[in-house]
Amino acid sequence: MKIHEYQAKEILRRFGAPVPQGRVTRSPDNAREICEELGGRCVVKAQIHAGGRGKGGGVKLAASPEEAEQRASEILGMQLVTPQTGPGGQVVKSVLIEEALDIETELYLGITLDRSSGRPVVMASKAGGMEIEEVAAENPEAIIRQTVDPHLGILPFQARAVANGLGLSGKTARQAASLVEALMKAYLETDASLAEINPLMVTSSGDVYALDAKMNFDSNALFRHPELVELRDIDEENPLEVEAGKFGLNYIKLDGTIGCMVNGAGLAMATMDIINLYGAEPANFLDVGGSASQEAVQNAFQIILSDENVKAVLINIFGGIARTDRIARGVVAAIEELGNVEVPVVVRLEGTNVEEGRRILQEADFDFIVADQMASAAEKVVAAARGEG
Amino acid sequence: MSILVGNDTRLIVQGITGKEGLFHATGCRDYGTEVVGGVTPGKGGQTVEGFPVFNSVESAVRQTGANTSMIFVPPPFAADAIMESAAAGIDLVICITEGIPVNDMMKVKTFLADTDTRLIGPNCPGVISPGKAKVGIMPGHIHRQGRVGVISRSGTLTYEAVWQLTNEDLGQSTCVGIGGDPINGTNFIDALSLFAEDDETDAIVLIGEIGGSAEEEAAAWIRDNYERPVVGFIAGATAPPGRRMGHAGAIVSGGQGTAEEKKRALADAGVHVVDSPAEMGRKVAEVLG
Repeated sequence: MKIHEYQAKEILRRFGAPVPQGRVTRSPDNAREICEELGGRCVVKAQIHAGGRGKGGGVKLAASPEEAEQRASEILGMQLVTPQTGPGGQVVKSVLIEEALDIETELYLGITLDRSSGRPVVMASKAGGMEIEEVAAENPEAIIRQTVDPHLGILPFQARAVANGLGLSGKTARQAASLVEALMKAYLETDASLAEINPLMVTSSGDVYALDAKMNFDSNALFRHPELVELRDIDEENPLEVEAGKFGLNYIKLDGTIGCMVNGAGLAMATMDIINLYGAEPANFLDVGGSASQEAVQNAFQIILSDENVKAVLINIFGGIARTDRIARGVVAAIEELGNVEVPVVVRLEGTNVEEGRRILQEADFDFIVADQMASAAEKVVAAARGEG
Repeated sequence: MSILVGNDTRLIVQGITGKEGLFHATGCRDYGTEVVGGVTPGKGGQTVEGFPVFNSVESAVRQTGANTSMIFVPPPFAADAIMESAAAGIDLVICITEGIPVNDMMKVKTFLADTDTRLIGPNCPGVISPGKAKVGIMPGHIHRQGRVGVISRSGTLTYEAVWQLTNEDLGQSTCVGIGGDPINGTNFIDALSLFAEDDETDAIVLIGEIGGSAEEEAAAWIRDNYERPVVGFIAGATAPPGRRMGHAGAIVSGGQGTAEEKKRALADAGVHVVDSPAEMGRKVAEVLG
């Protein structure tokens, strides 16, 4: 789960990390007042989940409270397009008004899971403002890494090693080391999957601040963090994905024309891949769950068909424990219940009682295109989407 | 032969009084696995579907001689269930539960390092040695006893591969679902090493997916250590970057963990990589001649 910058900064502040003073607001009026409180100079920052906000014009400096009001009114409500939002952009609903500090240096500091060791790893680099992945691709030696024992937490010498690796000294190094410790504590205690300060700023007087902050959380651990669940902003998520989530379906919207309904995540990905091999693009990833019950299939259909790009649907179900004939009855009932399915539907069923399952599909009032192999199913659905079915 | 599970398996099911636990305990017994009982704290002394229920793994082991455990405990308690099994001296723990927090799995990993217990999963379909023992949720009837090993991060995609093999008249020695989570107990290399010591496994199907670098590490290991044929497929070539594709571990981040990279690494190591998931079985038939 993702949260906004201002929320991440509130969390980090609670763990003792130095964060610039500021407050979030949804009104330009209020932006002026906050800027006054902060001493008359401030930064106005659009709060959307996607990164790269500065590049899209979502971060502006204001030299006076009046300018803060002006900038806030420009940014609030804008359709902010960044390299991470996609071409449609994202509407800005709130802005963070923050004190403007004198930036001497910008650095990078982040924590994520190192999957090879199964432990959190602190990564730091002198290339503040750059994505760490870019640094990793271009100049991997420039990344300082400290893998941490999650039960001991980060040890003081490790935090010092990060600060030293960043070329810091004196009070700046001490502040940076304590920021590293605070960030690790926040990461572990909130069950984060990512905690990133980019840039980490050093002011002209040598003080260290988290100029930006990003935190993602392990969705599987939210059951023990009700306070984090409240930070979720559904406006930032795709409405179809939110809807699917309510039914317990795992759906991800994509840009193609072939709607996919598959049981199991691996088979769902493989189905997308084979559609691509046959010359079309999947409209979505959708895992209806292992049993593919009638209710799940019906809900999944509704979600898939509300995507206007969908020209044909491919249902690929490997009936494992659940019997194929029962799944086929569920698919037929779901279509009959919906009543308005106008796109071609290719069904590939495999597993126990498959002959009976296919017979049920063939005898249904709805004109299913039945396939017996993954490859022929992909071929048929691609042809159907082109109107050749 | 086979690996991990077989005729010596004596299975207990943790979470046996739950709907899923009981259903699959029965399914494993029906397949022919020796299921000696189950564990649900607080429900010891009962019998469900003929299975004796114990309060703790320790007492189950003492009274039944169990050496393998299959876990259906809900996510918040599953990590504890794994560690309880390890502490009780269980050799092999197969955790089916999906949705265990990463931080909990970090604890498990540290705990297991000091024991001889092997963990398969979590978030996996389990392990089956066709004709001998099934410890998992896979449909037993699609399998056939034979000499091809299967290792996979996925569930239904593994069934697809197995079904293709069976239809090519190629039986399986053992099929191992290592699970779709970012931290798992047994990785590709661990499973490959076990197959390497099994002289009745002639070829391996390795099914990976986007995210992490386990397939690349496996490729390097295969190049240096494994001489029999390996057929590989990687799911998720069309997955958009930055999104988790169902499995917690299936994500391309910052250009790392792409299907393309993994396929290249495997092909460079001599693995027969197929681009189409419909070609897995046929490819094995082809390389085994």
